[in-house]
Amino acid sequence: MNKKAKESLENLGKDLVKKILAKKPPILDVPIRSLSNVNYDEKTQTLQLGEKTSERNFFNVSHSKKFLQTLEVAAVSKGLIEDNKNTSLRDVFYMIKRTIPNTKTNIVDEQTESDSAIEDLEAITGLSRELLHINAKASGMVSGKVIIEDLGDSIDWSKMGSGGWAIPSNVENITFKKVDANYVLYMEKDAVWQRLHQDKFWEKNKCIIISSQGQTTRGIRRLLQRLSQEYKLPIYVLADFDPWGFYIYSVIKYGSINLAHMSNEMTLTEARFLGITAEDIENYDLKKHLIAFKEVDIKRIKQLQNYDWFKDHKGWQNQFKKMLAMKAKAEIQALSSRGLSFISEKYLPEKIKKGEYLE
Amino acid sequence: MSENTAEQLATKQRDISVAEFFERNRHLLGFDNKRKALLTVVKEAVDNAIDACEEAKKLPEINIQIIDMGNDRYRIIIEDNGPGIVKKQIPNIFAKLLYGSKFHTMKQARGQQGIGISAAVLYAQLTTGRPAKIWSKISIGKPAHYYELHIDTQSNKPEILKDEETEWKEDTGVKIELDIEANYQKGDQSVDSYLKQTAIANPHVTIIYTNPKAEQFIFARASEQLPKEPTEIKPHPYGVEIGILIKMLKATEARTIQSFLTNEFSRVGAGTAKEICDKAGLFTNMKPKDLQLPHVEKLIEGIKSTKIIAPSTDCITPIGDQLLEAGLRKEIPAEFYISVSRSPTVYKGIPFVIETALAYGGDQPGDKTVRLLRFANRVPLLYQQGSCASTKAVTQTNWRSYGLSQSQNSLPVGSLTIVVSLVSVWPPFTSEAKEAIAHYDEIIKEMKLALQEAGRKLGAYVNKKRKIAVQQERVSIFENYIPEVASALSNLSGIGKQNIQEAMKSMLEKNKEYIQAHKESHKVEKTEKQDKEDQIKLGGFDE
Repeated sequence: MNKKAKESLENLGKDLVKKILAKKPPILDVPIRSLSNVNYDEKTQTLQLGEKTSERNFFNVSHSKKFLQTLEVAAVSKGLIEDNKNTSLRDVFYMIKRTIPNTKTNIVDEQTESDSAIEDLEAITGLSRELLHINAKASGMVSGKVIIEDLGDSIDWSKMGSGGWAIPSNVENITFKKVDANYVLYMEKDAVWQRLHQDKFWEKNKCIIISSQGQTTRGIRRLLQRLSQEYKLPIYVLADFDPWGFYIYSVIKYGSINLAHMSNEMTLTEARFLGITAEDIENYDLKKHLIAFKEVDIKRIKQLQNYDWFKDHKGWQNQFKKMLAMKAKAEIQALSSRGLSFISEKYLPEKIKKGEYLE
Repeated sequence: MSENTAEQLATKQRDISVAEFFERNRHLLGFDNKRKALLTVVKEAVDNAIDACEEAKKLPEINIQIIDMGNDRYRIIIEDNGPGIVKKQIPNIFAKLLYGSKFHTMKQARGQQGIGISAAVLYAQLTTGRPAKIWSKISIGKPAHYYELHIDTQSNKPEILKDEETEWKEDTGVKIELDIEANYQKGDQSVDSYLKQTAIANPHVTIIYTNPKAEQFIFARASEQLPKEPTEIKPHPYGVEIGILIKMLKATEARTIQSFLTNEFSRVGAGTAKEICDKAGLFTNMKPKDLQLPHVEKLIEGIKSTKIIAPSTDCITPIGDQLLEAGLRKEIPAEFYISVSRSPTVYKGIPFVIETALAYGGDQPGDKTVRLLRFANRVPLLYQQGSCASTKAVTQTNWRSYGLSQSQNSLPVGSLTIVVSLVSVWPPFTSEAKEAIAHYDEIIKEMKLALQEAGRKLGAYVNKKRKIAVQQERVSIFENYIPEVASALSNLSGIGKQNIQEAMKSMLEKNKEYIQAHKESHKVEKTEKQDKEDQIKLGGFDE
């Protein structure tokens, strides 16, 4: 049982009760988790939550419900910690969903409300969701010459058959027993991971390969961070040549607005963007496989151009400029046009050997 | 319009029968269709009955009965407690068209053209062939007279079918019974609605009404006070138009302008007349008949630049704000009433008074257009609402600032009844059918001022009510949330739920300190919301 987490929740309750018994209005100070209160910190090179907090006073009609939701989530979390159980975001939603007696009001109507209350609780207490014993669903695969221990079981990431090891949403409690790798390769496409896994890329190149399906979940980000911090392994990101792919990298490296309060546990300032780059399209002759830009893509790339952390970054500005000039994007899978195993036999080894990446 | 009155039409065409005259003018007389005919017959009889009672200084009590005889035939029986009618006048009043004394006098009265009740008798005769039956009794000691009358449609003279003395239980009064072809429907333009509204504008009248469905309504009087008796007056110089002035100059018997002004107008003495002449640059001893158009124009200007006392107002008897409110209160159940009575003023030299009253809330639907009740000389106006000056005044008033919703140039929406009443010696109508008040600027302006004054008071009430409702809603939110919050807090802190709950409840009791909306927090919340929207605009990049 995590005593610190439990105490922190108990203190949250005690402080409020103390105020109430002293006839002072019960107020929660919730750090504001939105654009206006998120700053790019040059020193740590991460997005950090600002100082601004919003007062959530129970005796203010527009706050009452959110105030209650936050306390409900806190009470659920305290119970989970005491019982040493984990549960999903969806479960928490059902655990607090009920109709308030004498009203037609439900404490929560949609999962987004309880999810947001959990994020608020994280920001108030400084405890991550994982420490609060609330998990998202597992999504992501890993393989490599690594042996870990999880809940007393020894797991060898090189002996997982065709599937790989499914990364849980909470990786805090696993311990690494043996790590035999020179670097980590993370990719946003599961299909690409399957290809590399089938080709035993991790064995031939002595690395760890990790995939997600689209967005990088918190579990994956924590795993990447632990591998980076505990084994000083370089982390390479392989993503599409499009605003989405660039943004996936941006989130891994600098953090995101919603999770700015968790930046220290999540961000990976050493992450390297391996591809696909504008130069790759030249060098590997991918021009025929470009996909035309839509209006929204142009807008997104312009937004990326203006992000504080990209603004003065020549390498990235160069990518954005070239992408805007091409008015097109390319998927990782475009490399398959050069042969199924072109990516594992040629593209990746070459890029890594030459050190062709953006930082 | 007034050049073409029904009377003039009739006098010009003596050679045609009154039946023909009736056919030509039935739309002016209120007999356009069967439904309206029923209302018109009741209206003419009730107006006459109330006028008669008031002239005799008796509190009116009117008994109305409508019986469905089948085949679109209805029997209408109307009985009053007025002074009765002397025997020899009965046939003329009921069975001779255009017989009356009210036409062209400067005096406030309900009926105006002396056309009404005899037209009803003629309509009955033309549609069912049945005679009018009249009972009249003028004093306790004397017997009642009973007549059965037709109108000779060739000569416009009464045709007496029966003339008898009879016993009648009442002390004095008149009873009339007519069989007519008609159509009875409920709704805003029904007899039911007309009588209810009559009761509102005439709180000193008791009406007992049995409708064709044999439902009885008793509109009991709310006041024992008879309206002050109106008197005849001369026109006031302000607002007299050039055409009327020319006519008056030609018709006068006065020998000098000075005496013309003092004799033919109210509020003009010798001094004022001299001042008018001086300002007009005319000699006081000029003969009225010698005045040419330029002189008349000068005279009008002289009148305009002279300060003349406002017209005497004893010629009109407003309902009075308190009585109008009492009338509304007894017939329209609501939660808030307000009434306004303006001071008398003039249009075209004719004095008038605007009064208005509002009834807000209660069971009145809040999502429909407000109900507008219009009155001219205490008579409800049920038709032609769209072309009435009072409708214009209501739509031009900004009700949104009084807490109602309203779209441009339309009646407001809300749980409200609006009464607009005009009282005048000569109410201007848009047509001879007397269904809508004409659009005179002076009248619309007065109506708007009255509505605004009432509206402001309504607005204060609505806002206060809204505030209280919001306050109550807040308190109930807190009351219901407190046990939930207390149990979550108890769970977290390990402190007993009861203690926390009691403490929070006592905080709620001393509410104001805590229930206030924290403006600063609201601001933050707002920027938070704004930011969320901005984020969405960013294109959903985030988890």
